[in-house]
Amino acid sequence: MITFDRVSKRYPNGREALSNVSFNIDTGEMVFLTGRSGAGKSTVLKHIALLERPSRGTVLVNGKNTNTLRSRHIPAFRRGIGVVFQDHKLLGDRPVYDNVALPLVVAATGLKEIDKRVRAALDQVGLLGKERMLPFELSVGEQQRVGIARAIISKPPILIADEPTGNLDPDLALEVMRLFRRFGDVGVTVVVATHDLHIVREFGVREIVLDNGQVQGGAADFLPSVVATR
Amino acid sequence: MSLGVAGARHTQALLGSIGRLARNPFATAMTFLVIGLALALPLALDLFVTNAQAATGGFADAVDMSVYFKTDVPLAKAQQLATDARQRSEVAEVKLIPADKALDEFRTYSGFGTALEALKENPLPHVLHVRPKAESSSAAALESLRNYFTAWPEVDIVQIDSEWVMRFNAILEVLRRLLVIAAALLGAGVLAVIGNTIRLEILNRKEEIEVTKLVGGSNSFVRRPFLYTGVLYGLGGAVLGWLIVEGTVAILGQPVATLAQLYGSRYSLQGPTGDDILIVLGAGVVLGWLGAWISAHRHLRRIEPRA
Repeated sequence: MITFDRVSKRYPNGREALSNVSFNIDTGEMVFLTGRSGAGKSTVLKHIALLERPSRGTVLVNGKNTNTLRSRHIPAFRRGIGVVFQDHKLLGDRPVYDNVALPLVVAATGLKEIDKRVRAALDQVGLLGKERMLPFELSVGEQQRVGIARAIISKPPILIADEPTGNLDPDLALEVMRLFRRFGDVGVTVVVATHDLHIVREFGVREIVLDNGQVQGGAADFLPSVVATR
Repeated sequence: MSLGVAGARHTQALLGSIGRLARNPFATAMTFLVIGLALALPLALDLFVTNAQAATGGFADAVDMSVYFKTDVPLAKAQQLATDARQRSEVAEVKLIPADKALDEFRTYSGFGTALEALKENPLPHVLHVRPKAESSSAAALESLRNYFTAWPEVDIVQIDSEWVMRFNAILEVLRRLLVIAAALLGAGVLAVIGNTIRLEILNRKEEIEVTKLVGGSNSFVRRPFLYTGVLYGLGGAVLGWLIVEGTVAILGQPVATLAQLYGSRYSLQGPTGDDILIVLGAGVVLGWLGAWISAHRHLRRIEPRA
């Protein structure tokens, strides 16, 4: 579902954020992306969501090569990926309902369908009944869950999350991670960047460790055959 | 996308744009005013030219000709010649002013009454005032009519009062050109005002645009509300411009009517016609849409989501 083949990313200021990163994530797999701050976790996620393109190497997401994807196809590409940010990126002047509905609104979904799915998504993250509240009226944990509801509402095959538990207390963090694993259980590919090693150990799913822009240990094992044959 | 859903999206974008304008009434009013003034100016100039033409139409189109007889021509002969002139197809009206009547008028209005008493005989000739038909007012037709009168042995001179008419028409032509130039420049100004206003709004809503693009909003989806905003600015400005002109016409109406009356005319000031109003409103909508589109095209693609 997600393949990085010898991906390097060098920014115009000369800093190399990723160097020769290769890994493969299967459909329905849940993976933790770990490493110190600045190790390149966020950069990997940005490459998956096509917020960045690699300087060298290939990124394949859902069968699409991000290097060659035309810009007019980017919106459709992004609709296939749910993204959860550490700072939520909610629109402060819109109620919870509008924030969660946004991915369906841009995809021109009918109003009845939107209504049904917003309620279903809010139910899944335990926020049913808070549709009309503004983000700042909610607690940090609740805001994070609004962000998750927005990421899952269009039922994307891929869900990525950047430090989704960074602002949460341990119980809440565990709760959010269980939510992510439930999506993994129903076939969604889930990639979570975190530095919370406690949680990683608790869940026991595969871990891709980044250090200084490189994958640590056994990276070559993941070099996938699909890329080799291209 | 079904038609109903598309319609709902557009309605939503339109309502959103209206709401945003309504939330900043002062800024919106200022923008309306700038656009309104820019559109009112060409409309006012157009009305000025139209009115000037209408007000003078009675004598601008039909050119008077004065035929002076020699002083020794008797009145009976002059009357007979006037009857002849009336038979001609290109002549609309012929008025004979006998020498006696001309002298009476001159005595009454000129203030030379006592000086005229000293004269032994009337120095004035009989005169024909000839008004050609409107369709025979071209320079060539006038010239042939003049030749017809000059050929009479009883006629002294023929005078055509056409020079001032030509000058006046030339001035109107200059004004008409000015109107086109002013309309083009002010139209460009409206484009710039709307483009800049939309640019500021795009920058204000940068975060929202980023998030919308992040969840898969296409460029056209992101652009739509800004296009509606531009059209609303253009339309609002055009309506205001129209009202400004109507107000001006209403204020000027009475004094202009009085002025016309003093000149013996029943002319009254003409306001903008239905066509004029449609053109101004249409120009507002088109300029608003175009200004917003240019601005959105330039600035939206630079805003890409960053995690």
